[in-house]
Amino acid sequence: MLKNKPANISAILLWIVVALIGASAVGGIAIHRGESINALWFITAAICVYAIAYRFYSAWIASKVLVLDETRATPAERFDNGRDFIPTNRWVVFGHHFAAIAGPGPLVGPTLAAQFGYLPGTLWILFGSVLGGCVQDMVTLFVSTRRNGRSLGQMARDEIGRFGGVAALLGTFFIMIILIAVLGLVVVNAMKHSPWATATVAATIPIAMLIGVYMRHIRVGKVLEASALGVLLLLGSVMLGGWIDHHASWRTWFDHEGLFLAWAIIAYGFAAAILPVWMLLAPRDYLSTFMKLGTVMLLAIAIVFLSPQIHMPALTQFGDGTGPIFGGKLFPFVFITIACGAISGFHSLIASGTTPKLLANERDIRMIGYGGMLLESFVAIMALIAATVLEPGVYFAINSPAGVVGKEAADAVAMISSWGFSVSVEQMQHLAEQMGEVSLFARTGGAPSLAVGMASIFGSAFGQGLLAMWYHFAIMFEAIFILTTLDAGTRVGRFMLQDMLGNIWPKMGQTSWWPSVLISSGIVVAGWGYFLYIGVIDPNGGVNILWPLFGIANQILAAIALSVGTSILVKSGKAKQAWITGLPLVWLLSITTTAALEKLFSQDIRVGFYAAANDLSAKLASGLLPADKAAVAPQLIFNQHLDAWITVFFLLVLWVVVLDMLVVLLRFRLGKQHPPSTEAPYQKTMLEN
Amino acid sequence: MFTSIKNVWARIRQLSGDDAYERYLQHYYEHHAQQTEAHEPLSREEFFKQWQDKKWTGVKRCC
Repeated sequence: MLKNKPANISAILLWIVVALIGASAVGGIAIHRGESINALWFITAAICVYAIAYRFYSAWIASKVLVLDETRATPAERFDNGRDFIPTNRWVVFGHHFAAIAGPGPLVGPTLAAQFGYLPGTLWILFGSVLGGCVQDMVTLFVSTRRNGRSLGQMARDEIGRFGGVAALLGTFFIMIILIAVLGLVVVNAMKHSPWATATVAATIPIAMLIGVYMRHIRVGKVLEASALGVLLLLGSVMLGGWIDHHASWRTWFDHEGLFLAWAIIAYGFAAAILPVWMLLAPRDYLSTFMKLGTVMLLAIAIVFLSPQIHMPALTQFGDGTGPIFGGKLFPFVFITIACGAISGFHSLIASGTTPKLLANERDIRMIGYGGMLLESFVAIMALIAATVLEPGVYFAINSPAGVVGKEAADAVAMISSWGFSVSVEQMQHLAEQMGEVSLFARTGGAPSLAVGMASIFGSAFGQGLLAMWYHFAIMFEAIFILTTLDAGTRVGRFMLQDMLGNIWPKMGQTSWWPSVLISSGIVVAGWGYFLYIGVIDPNGGVNILWPLFGIANQILAAIALSVGTSILVKSGKAKQAWITGLPLVWLLSITTTAALEKLFSQDIRVGFYAAANDLSAKLASGLLPADKAAVAPQLIFNQHLDAWITVFFLLVLWVVVLDMLVVLLRFRLGKQHPPSTEAPYQKTMLEN
Repeated sequence: MFTSIKNVWARIRQLSGDDAYERYLQHYYEHHAQQTEAHEPLSREEFFKQWQDKKWTGVKRCC
């Protein structure tokens, strides 16, 4: 059993001080209404909230709810095979787990949600994580560890019923498709008509392949050496991009429309899914992990030492649903937009299956499950800071799609200024020149505005002269792990599809049979490629549609994980404490259901799929649309209907799983037959730790 | 001081998989070498190939 040390007076005093500082920082952020507020308030609030939640809430969950048992042998010990089951040092497991859960999500979501002002996003990231996301990760890690490291889908099937398992599988597959499409769109928008960014991102592909060959054939398995070489080459690629950008003829080779870039990414995704992992995926992942850790640390240091001022107001008028970046009211859309960083269902796939097979001792579950998510939440807070240090006018000019504010710079500036966020054409022109770009208007998706924010933070630390370098470094940093997620996701989608198709035609289930590889990779790439294509031709920027859809899907997966957790807690006699997962579940049910219903039935054409489709049909029929818009209108109308069907599907999956779980709990309560808890029997640990 | 730097370095190597082959050999000699029908340990190349393939089967990266 985990025992708390007897509390002494100085420890009590210390925690009272932490609580007071934390409360005043959160309160300060909430009631502040001045011109600007210092970023240190956010860092202080975050650290105090995390410290208190970790010290008290996670300790209570560990000792009283889950009852972690450090004498119990973990699957890693019982099945130790030196390959996937390996008892591993807790810090090493923490590193693996964090590298796996932290992708581009916590950078993009908070940046987009900043349209509501800094306050809603900050509060949701802080309290959503300590009460929701961290609990989900920790409980899922625990229940999977007690079940020999079984995956979420298998546990859903065992504990809730066959439908739960199928729902988790289908949910994961569709999230993957939507996620890859929206991430692809983010990269396309960052590279559109930017020779520097395009050349740099393109250079990461041969660099990754070179490192792959190096690790595979030249210096076999020398991971660190190869990665260090790769990071140097990546930094070189940022400079090379700058050189190309200044070269009159070379730059035209890398200056492209969004549509061309979308096709390039689709072709790349297909190639990456069928190439052997050592050639592209594995080396790219090493590079992106090192870049990610390095850049996040650098950003944290820069924010603490420079303590930049936040210029975004606490709340903007866009809480009413008229926001330019995405339509929809503050409730529920801030909770949908920020999924990763507060609560992300995808984590439950890592916390089950992969991480449990490495745990040397059950007591590490607290640090890795709860603590790992706290760190991701902190990354989200830093992304929010980097987005809100920009002047609000600049932030909206970069992130608002042309379909909302107009194609011409003068129109966009007039529109944004009319909302009360002053910005001028000259200011945007000057900023674009500083960043080494032709224009920064309507670069939707969050990556460019985050890069401008990061560049201005780094620039004030290391000199303004390098702003353009920092901007493209930040773009490269985001692109490299977006592309890693794209490669890995397409591959996972391919395996899942092969598995599903294998049920119908066993030959398709053979993961190394070439026709199966080509067909299933093709289907997965076509799936996300379609949404990426529509996102690029949509004058409203695509992000407006895709990101909320991704958020809904991710939160629904979280609801499935929390349903599994809740049912296991109740079945193991912890009904009284099952609210730790039950309350976040109720919250997610209400936000996802509200958001999904609004996406279906809202009359606002920027929110409701049907409203948008009907509006566009009417305009098309009356001949009001200009020729270029009329040409794509039928595809957009079809897409709105398709999105509506996907939303209905998500809603059905969610409610059937939850109702299925409630039936299981009811039968348990009444003493009727129900799926039993499938915990592996106790075995004493032989490891010394 | 020197030992703690060495420890951190060992952790970094372990985290990145830099020492994966050495750990495999150690596991092999501890568990499998004495078995009667023990096969030879994998070569560095062969081990690394399998290790990477296995590492990328399944959901390994998140959003």
